Amino acid sequence: MSEENKTPLLAPEPPPDPDEAAAAREALERKITEGNREVLARMKAKTRRSFLTAGGAAVAGLAAFKWLMSRRQEGGEPWPLRRMMGINEELWHDYFSTGHLAPDFTGKKPLENKVNSDIGLQDDLDADAWKLQVTGLDGRDEALLLTLDDLRHLPRTTMTTEFKCVEGWSAVMQWSGVRFSDFMNAFAPAKPDTGGLRPEYASLETPDHSYYVGMEMDSLLHPQTLLAYEINGSPLPPEHGAPLRLVTPLKYGLKQIKRIGSINYQTNRPADYWAERGYDWYDGL
Amino acid sequence: MRAKHPLTIRWCHWINFPLLALMLWSGLWIYWGNDVYFIGWGSHKLFPFFPTAFYNALGLAQHLADGLAWHFFFGWLFAINGVIYVLYTIVSGEWRYLVPGRESFREAILVMLHDLRIYKGPLPDKKFNGAQQFAYTGVIVMGALSVISGLSIYKPTQLAWLTSLLGGYKAARVEHFLLTIGYVGFFMIHISQVVRAGWNNFRSMVSGYELVKSDE
Repeated sequence: MSEENKTPLLAPEPPPDPDEAAAAREALERKITEGNREVLARMKAKTRRSFLTAGGAAVAGLAAFKWLMSRRQEGGEPWPLRRMMGINEELWHDYFSTGHLAPDFTGKKPLENKVNSDIGLQDDLDADAWKLQVTGLDGRDEALLLTLDDLRHLPRTTMTTEFKCVEGWSAVMQWSGVRFSDFMNAFAPAKPDTGGLRPEYASLETPDHSYYVGMEMDSLLHPQTLLAYEINGSPLPPEHGAPLRLVTPLKYGLKQIKRIGSINYQTNRPADYWAERGYDWYDGL
Repeated sequence: MRAKHPLTIRWCHWINFPLLALMLWSGLWIYWGNDVYFIGWGSHKLFPFFPTAFYNALGLAQHLADGLAWHFFFGWLFAINGVIYVLYTIVSGEWRYLVPGRESFREAILVMLHDLRIYKGPLPDKKFNGAQQFAYTGVIVMGALSVISGLSIYKPTQLAWLTSLLGGYKAARVEHFLLTIGYVGFFMIHISQVVRAGWNNFRSMVSGYELVKSDE
C-alpha cells in the first residue's frame, strides 16, 4: 500500500450527479445484458452442435447394432459374432500352453457328482459289445477296434479337477483314464498329406452319431485331457458316459463327450454339435 | 461459459453407456443358464436372483448361446473404451479432479449428509466433490475388476493363476455377478443425482460447457 492511499481524504466526494449515475448504471446493465446475450448465443450454438453430434452418434450406433444383428446366420449367430469367436480363438490359442494347468484338488476339496446332458445316450448300451473305433491312423486304412481292456492297459492317470458347464455351474470330480497323449503315442495318426507332423483335429462321436464334438490337437495333447473310464473311483455309470468319455478342464462340459464310439483324426475342422447351435466351436477354458 | 468436461471423456462416457448396458444384458442371458444366487441364509431364500417375473418381463430366458456370443464381442469394446478413458485421464491430468485426495473422505460424508437434508451448510465449490470422486473412481475400479474377474472365469485353466487369486472359479463368478449388481446401484444413484443437478450440469456432459455467473 502506498503512502498516498493512507492519506485521509480531506473533503467528502462531491455527491454524484443522479442523472450521470443512472446513465452509468444503465450503460452497465446494457453491457451485461449484451454480454449475457452473446454468451447465451454462443452456448446455444455449442449446445445445438453437440446435441446434433450426439443424436447422429446415437443413430449411427443403433444402425451399426441393427446391421450387426441382421447379418447372415452362421451356426446360429450372425457372422460378425461368429467371426469374433474365431478371433478370440486365435488370441487364446496363441496364449495356450500345455504347461498351463487347471488346479488339481486331490485331497483338497470334497468330491461332487453332477450329471447333465444325455444327448447321444438314448439307446441301451451293450457294454460287452462296445468297441472304440479309431480311424485316420498311421499305416492303416481300415478302422482299429479297441476294447476297454486295451485302454486299461495303457498308462493310467487320475486327476481331481473342477468340471465346468457352459451353463455356469461347476463341480469337483475325480477322473481316471488314459491321457489322450498316451493314447495317441500308442495309436499314432497318419501324417497329413498336406504336410505337418500330425493332423490338427480329431472328431469324437457317440455310437449312434447323434452327438459329436470337434477337438483341436493342442487341447487333446494337454496332460489333463483324459479318455476317462472312472469317476470318483468307480467305473463310469451310464449317465456319465460309460464306458468311455472325454474329460478335460480345457473345455466346457459340452465338449467332454460321453460314450465315445469313434475317434477320427483329421486335418480339417470337424463338425461340432453345439457349434452348430450358436456356441463357440473352440470353447476353450 | 466455462469449459468443464473434455471431449475424450464425454465420448468415452457416452460410448460406455450402451456398451455396459449390452454387457449387463448379455450377462443376464448367460446367468440365466444357471441362476442359483439368492439373498438369504442356508437354504432360506429371501430374494432369488432373479424372480420368474423378472425373466418373463424382460424376455431373458433361452439365450445362453446368444449371451456368450455378445458378451465376448462387446467385452473387448467395453475394455478398450475403459483403457482409453483411463489413459486419457492420466495423460491430460484430469485424474487430479477424479481421484480422491486427503480431504475427500470428510467431504464425501458432508455431501452425503447434505443430500440427506441433515447438513445445511455450504458445500465446497469444486469440479468434483469428495462423494463424486469416490463414485467416479470407484466405478472405474469396478470396471477393471469386472474385466479381470471376467477373464478369470472365461479362461479358468489358461489363466488358472488369476482364477486362484480371486478365490477360485465359483468365487470369481460371484464377484463378477456382484459387480453387476454394483453397476445397477451406481446407475440409480447417478441418474437421481443428475436429475437433481439439473439441465446446466447435464448439458455440460454433452457439450462440454456449463454456464456460470460472472463477477464482471
